[in-house]
Amino acid sequence: MPGILSIVERAYHGTIEEQDDTILWLSHMIKNAGGDVSVLLRSNAVNYAVKGQDASGLSIGGVALGIPPTLDNDVVALSTAGVTVYVVEEDLSDRGIGNDELCDGVTKVKRSGLAKLFDDHDAVWHW
Amino acid sequence: MTTSGEKSITIALMDPPYESGTTTTALRIMDAALRKGISVNVFAYEGAVNLTMRGQAPHPNPVKGTSIEEQDHPSTAKFIAGLFTLGADSPKLEWVNCGLCVDERGAGECIDGPRRGGPGDLFKFSQESTNTLIIGTR
Repeated sequence: MPGILSIVERAYHGTIEEQDDTILWLSHMIKNAGGDVSVLLRSNAVNYAVKGQDASGLSIGGVALGIPPTLDNDVVALSTAGVTVYVVEEDLSDRGIGNDELCDGVTKVKRSGLAKLFDDHDAVWHW
Repeated sequence: MTTSGEKSITIALMDPPYESGTTTTALRIMDAALRKGISVNVFAYEGAVNLTMRGQAPHPNPVKGTSIEEQDHPSTAKFIAGLFTLGADSPKLEWVNCGLCVDERGAGECIDGPRRGGPGDLFKFSQESTNTLIIGTR
């Protein structure tokens, strides 16, 4: 079990300007730096695990956003890099997100299992 | 201005760049308003004065292994410069950065277009506009 659990709950805040989610990105960088990290998506951030997101087409003042964020791909990339990405099962069902809508590489966890998940990690970073 | 029969909207912003989805939405509203011929007045307060900083620069993405050119990173300053092109004359974009907020952040080097002002400008804008939209920090 990895040492750090990074919890992401604020979703889509600055993701257009940043072209990604800052904490998913930070977690990936920490993994690349040799860190033992996993990610928990809760609240609105569970939507990051919905596949097929398309944020293309934005243009402001004639300045086009050429490379839009692809958060579902970023979640898959995290998983592929060896970061376990948890999503809170009830937060998915509360939003009507079904299993068939989820991207590959995410692990569902029940709210009742969160305390153990926290306890299984050396540190919890709640962003 | 409502007195001349032209429509205008005033928007007050507080969030700094790269922190909030509301900023993107506000910029989209400004774009839509200007394209409909509606003049836009902006009062940038607190962290929002950083939206127009000239020194914003694109960067590569080491997670994706992309270069600066490949990543084509946007900046709020670049978006807003585009809005100033749209709102060069009629409709008109006016953008006021809170001067004290600029000073405390050392954010004086901004793109062409915004001017320094204060809360009195927000009040004046609101009195002259068809409507006012306040987008505070949450």
